[in-house]
Amino acid sequence: MSENNICREDILRISGVDTRKCMRCGKCSATCPAYDEMEYHPHQFVNMVENGDIEALVESPSLFKCLSCFACIDRCPRQVEPAKLVEAVRSACIRRQGHNHLSADAIPAILDPDIPQQALVSAFRKYSE
Amino acid sequence: MQRIGVFVCHCGSNIAATVDVKAVAEAAKHESGVVFSADYQYMCSESGQDLIKDMIKEHKLTGIVVCSCSPRMHENTFCKAAAAGGLNPYMVEIANIREQCSWIHKDMPSATAKAIVLVRSAIAKVTLNAPLTAGTSPVTKRALVIGGGIAGIQTALDIADAGFEVDIVEKEPTIGGKMAQIDKTFPTLDCAACILTPKMVEAAQNDKIRIFSYSEVSAVKGFVGNFTVTIKRKARYVKEDLCTGCGLCTEKCPQKKVPNEFNLGLDNRRAIYIPFAQAIPKIATIDPDYCTMLKSGKCGVCSKVCSAGAIDYQAKDEFIDVNYGAIVAATGFNPIKVDKYDEFAYAQSPDVVTSLEYERLMNAAGPTGGTLLRPSDRTHPHTIVFVQCVGSRESEDSTKCGKSYCSKICCMYTAKHAMLTREKYPDTDVYVFYIDVRTPGKSFDEFYRRAVEQYGVHYIKGMVGKVTPEGGKLKVQASDLIAGKQLHIDADMVVLAAAIEPDKTARPLATLLTASMDTNDFFTEAHPKLRPVESPTAGVFLSGACQGPKDIPETVAQAGAAASKVIGLLAKDHLVCNPCVANANEMLCSGCSQCEKVCPYGAITYSYKEFRMPDRTTKLRLVASVNAAVCQGCGACTVTCPSGAMDLKGFSNKQIMAEVDAICK
Repeated sequence: MSENNICREDILRISGVDTRKCMRCGKCSATCPAYDEMEYHPHQFVNMVENGDIEALVESPSLFKCLSCFACIDRCPRQVEPAKLVEAVRSACIRRQGHNHLSADAIPAILDPDIPQQALVSAFRKYSE
Repeated sequence: MQRIGVFVCHCGSNIAATVDVKAVAEAAKHESGVVFSADYQYMCSESGQDLIKDMIKEHKLTGIVVCSCSPRMHENTFCKAAAAGGLNPYMVEIANIREQCSWIHKDMPSATAKAIVLVRSAIAKVTLNAPLTAGTSPVTKRALVIGGGIAGIQTALDIADAGFEVDIVEKEPTIGGKMAQIDKTFPTLDCAACILTPKMVEAAQNDKIRIFSYSEVSAVKGFVGNFTVTIKRKARYVKEDLCTGCGLCTEKCPQKKVPNEFNLGLDNRRAIYIPFAQAIPKIATIDPDYCTMLKSGKCGVCSKVCSAGAIDYQAKDEFIDVNYGAIVAATGFNPIKVDKYDEFAYAQSPDVVTSLEYERLMNAAGPTGGTLLRPSDRTHPHTIVFVQCVGSRESEDSTKCGKSYCSKICCMYTAKHAMLTREKYPDTDVYVFYIDVRTPGKSFDEFYRRAVEQYGVHYIKGMVGKVTPEGGKLKVQASDLIAGKQLHIDADMVVLAAAIEPDKTARPLATLLTASMDTNDFFTEAHPKLRPVESPTAGVFLSGACQGPKDIPETVAQAGAAASKVIGLLAKDHLVCNPCVANANEMLCSGCSQCEKVCPYGAITYSYKEFRMPDRTTKLRLVASVNAAVCQGCGACTVTCPSGAMDLKGFSNKQIMAEVDAICK
């Protein structure tokens, strides 16, 4: 990964998602409870990653509007798993800022408005299973 | 000494682009026994076949090797050409240098080297070939159709029309299948019952057709032209020859709480029942799971009211054996269970229904008498949301048992439901959520456009994400991808276009028939394009949705096609047998009976025979013998025999070893 630019391949590698599996049914956006808060909706997210339009996602507040509820992962008929893409872009953002990982002990100390809450929620969901 | 000719085919560039065919022909010349070797552009062409015929005569060939495509493709062609040239057709060997060589390799020198090895092994085998003569076996002039839906009925009618006897085995108490449950048929909107029931009656009245209702196939023996099928006639506890179908018992039976499967459980029936008014045969059946007389011996009401004396509580399952020349699988389909899709709340609300349930709710003979009422409170729904592709088109790794294929019929029946709803109840708002609308078919797209343009059905590109029952309504959350919005609709009913899957009886039936299936349990056709109604198993044919999702017109067309294939088979008095059958060398046979156990066709029997010993005494020994008419040449016995006494004509152990030796040389 280059210093400042996150590319499509990085996101696909981090997330393990194959965006080509998407059949554009829109069930992820139909499912999303945070839809109205978002600038880019889950199905657009998949499409933008597919088209390499990553910078726009990184800049968009949508990135941290996702609740990480993973409903889109559960209901996607093609197992595309859009929330994993969101998470990957978030991780890439965090890494770009030099925070490659979080240790459990460090979390209470750094819980401040600068830490995107969703990134933590997402990590907890991911590792609690 | 054999005089062998080798013919190397270019197959255009299919082989010649990767294999140096001239080098292969040249290498073959140096093999022992080869007196002629040449390459040619298309061996299967008429001039290619003429070359074979001419060279057989010119060089007095005793065996030939054709290096070309798979023997599945053209072995028959070359055997016929050899026979026309005066050679025994079993003196032909094919070296597959296309599928097993040129198509799978890129590098010419190594592909050529491999082709030479393949040719060498074929030459080694043909050197040991012996001329064989095919025998014949008789054909039983009766067909079996398994499944009595529209596919099975049409196949049976067409076979009977050609003058052959045909039996239909149907697991339900009546024939008719799914079509009997349908209200109207797309795209013409004619009434399904009006076009199906006359066919059911026609089948029942045709003296060439026997209907075994409430019956199942429990065993299949034999082979093409000579099947013996054991049919299990399930006990219906009503004597078929006495019951007049008056229906009095079905009114008087005190057990009223049996879910009515014909209406998909939307209402109840009695423990003794006739599925629907036009049922054929119109005979009552007792459901042993609910009848109190059968369960506890107390009741007997139906027996008391039956003036014909048809009730028989002591009835048992009966098994009958019938011989058939051909078997048609017409086992049909079912909608999948949609309970796993929690997001659609099917299990939570009775107002979320599948399309087949909706069909019953629209049907004049259905639980609501044709008036569209919500199952929960029997009120008229004003907003109805249709969801397409529920369980269809899912990825292979779907966690909800979804199907990877398109179920094909849903787009059209959903358009039909939407249109009929708007026509009957113009005050109803109808939404259809679709991923793609797929309407290839005669007058199909016009039909869908009519639903939109003439009937004002709201077609929305997007999927429903969540259905929440709340305060007597169904809150539908969905996406509208064209408008770029998330929609929230308060609906009264939600209709799910559930994917269709093969009937559960298809898989065990395929095992009985040794017919192959795909991963979705659809029967596999012998060739996806050129032999679509035949199973790869000889004598087994496919009709209707058991082969793949199909609508009624396609099913009827395929049913007729399957019938014509059956007729083509039954019209023959004899079938040419495969002469490549097993034979036992009695001098080597130790009488262990291993081969008898592994033979899938029951072709091997054991008997005592007298043998003369060296000291002039006689000894009685148990030895195997093969019924050549029944043996299919699978070779299971030859690899099982511990003493090497079993051998397959045309594929003898010696020949196989010669091939291996040639490869290892």
